[in-house]
Amino acid sequence: MTSGSPPRPPQTDENPLGIDLPLDPLPGHSSLGRLERVLRRGEFAVTAELNPPDSANAADVYERAAVFDGWVDAINAVDASGANAHMSSVGICALLTRMGYAPVFQISCRDRNRIAIQGDVLGAAAMGVANILCLTGDGVQAGDQPGAKPVFDLDSMSLLETVRTMRDEGKFLSGRKLTSAPNVFLGAAINPFAPPYDFRPQRLAKKIAAGAQFVQSQYCFDVPMFHEYMKRVRDMGLHEKCFIMCGVGPLASAKTARWIRSNVPGVHIPDDVVKRLEGATDQKAEGKRLCIDIINEVKEIEGVSGVHVMAYRQEEFVAEIVHDSGALRGRKPWKREVRADDQLVADRLDDILHADNHRPPQDIVGEKAH
Amino acid sequence: MPSLKIDRRTRPGNSPEALNRKTASRGAYQPAHTTAIRRLRKTYTIRLWSVRHSRALEWVYGHFADAFLALHPFWKAVGYHRAEGPVTFIERRAKGLLFDCRMCGQCILSSTGMSCPMNCPKQLRNGPCGGVRANGNCEIEPDMPCVWVQAWSGSRAMRKGDAILDVQKPVDQSLRETSSWLRVTAQAAAKREEANPQ
Repeated sequence: MTSGSPPRPPQTDENPLGIDLPLDPLPGHSSLGRLERVLRRGEFAVTAELNPPDSANAADVYERAAVFDGWVDAINAVDASGANAHMSSVGICALLTRMGYAPVFQISCRDRNRIAIQGDVLGAAAMGVANILCLTGDGVQAGDQPGAKPVFDLDSMSLLETVRTMRDEGKFLSGRKLTSAPNVFLGAAINPFAPPYDFRPQRLAKKIAAGAQFVQSQYCFDVPMFHEYMKRVRDMGLHEKCFIMCGVGPLASAKTARWIRSNVPGVHIPDDVVKRLEGATDQKAEGKRLCIDIINEVKEIEGVSGVHVMAYRQEEFVAEIVHDSGALRGRKPWKREVRADDQLVADRLDDILHADNHRPPQDIVGEKAH
Repeated sequence: MPSLKIDRRTRPGNSPEALNRKTASRGAYQPAHTTAIRRLRKTYTIRLWSVRHSRALEWVYGHFADAFLALHPFWKAVGYHRAEGPVTFIERRAKGLLFDCRMCGQCILSSTGMSCPMNCPKQLRNGPCGGVRANGNCEIEPDMPCVWVQAWSGSRAMRKGDAILDVQKPVDQSLRETSSWLRVTAQAAAKREEANPQ
């Protein structure tokens, strides 16, 4: 720190030996990430979804992540959501970790087979990704390239099991050993709002059995239905085995709500929500208000550990929604997550900028190793 | 076509008609027997019947497996690899008729309420995705009842229906187009021999 700046308030998620050092592993934790720490401490976590850019420009990702700065515990990097091509989730994660954000790396089974996925898991973990969310993914028909080949080599369940095997047993699906296992916090998705309703809590139990440690739900607009689901989840004791985060988001207008209802698979919007938006003079403000109301309701439900804010194309409102709903309960999420190789990268950059005779990077690696 | 009427009100953007319109631009003409949703309702009436009679089929299947196992000395004498051809031929047709079998070679019908999961457009083996429509139909093929909604109702009628709660391994693609019946029989016989070696 420079001597002129005021003293920094103490942070929980920081290495006491130095702000630039990676966090120490905690007993019982599977990752070095912040999200897992926040959840395991029993704090109400907030995550948000980054709208992936259709560009090859890193600045676009930095810009979109900046609006969440200091408001969320982790940022979801979506994997071609809705079967539309965007910047890849592994690419977004690489950029986010570079800037010290804590990303949730989403993997969908639609586009890659098990060989590609296992490689991506290792690559992402090496880039400093601490959280992975395993999804089935939308069908290719949902997107703008319906002629694409749907892969679906794994499903979300076997994907969870695959990553868990890599982490806990240190080997690929084939049994071949890893020299260094990916230490990741494993997540999955749930949709309590789609049939068969009786099977949905059982499916969560299955996902937990396959390795899910936290789950994020589909958009919740029907709070009574979510109540019902959570009651059954509590009866099965699942909320003690897994952190459940409720998916929420603002609707821009009644028209958008109707469009989502008919075009986005798996989103359930009850009629009274559409009516409430229709009746408002400022529909956008009402959509935001509705989102805040839903957060306030779900955060009181026993067994809900956090919210996942999906404000598609309204990302600038996330800070306001999180603030007004009091979801963080006065907590200020810590902004930095340190990668294991941050110091190495800094040294290398320093060397490139200042040293007269450049050392090859492997020399820097060698020095650090000793 | 009367079978394409489902869902028009609730899902305008994703209705069969809309999907047909979306894909119409691909070519000069649309072949008569295909639509954007691929399968018409009449093509899976028998599969739905099988799910409705899952309990009876479970019973039949159990006895059938026992009979196959009793024939183990015969399969062994003929050679499993030589029996593979004719048995696969019969298995493909029998299961094709009843379950729209896709010959994945690792049948888990008894764990999925007698509803073949390979008929799911995403070929999910562990339960329904989050896209199931409110009316219980598939997100991708709006005219087809979700394979897993069917599986859940079928499993509720079955004696050992709770097998649907087990986590299934990913499909081994190298076993496609091979006989699941013979493999299960050979495995059961090997297990039996291991239990009481004489």
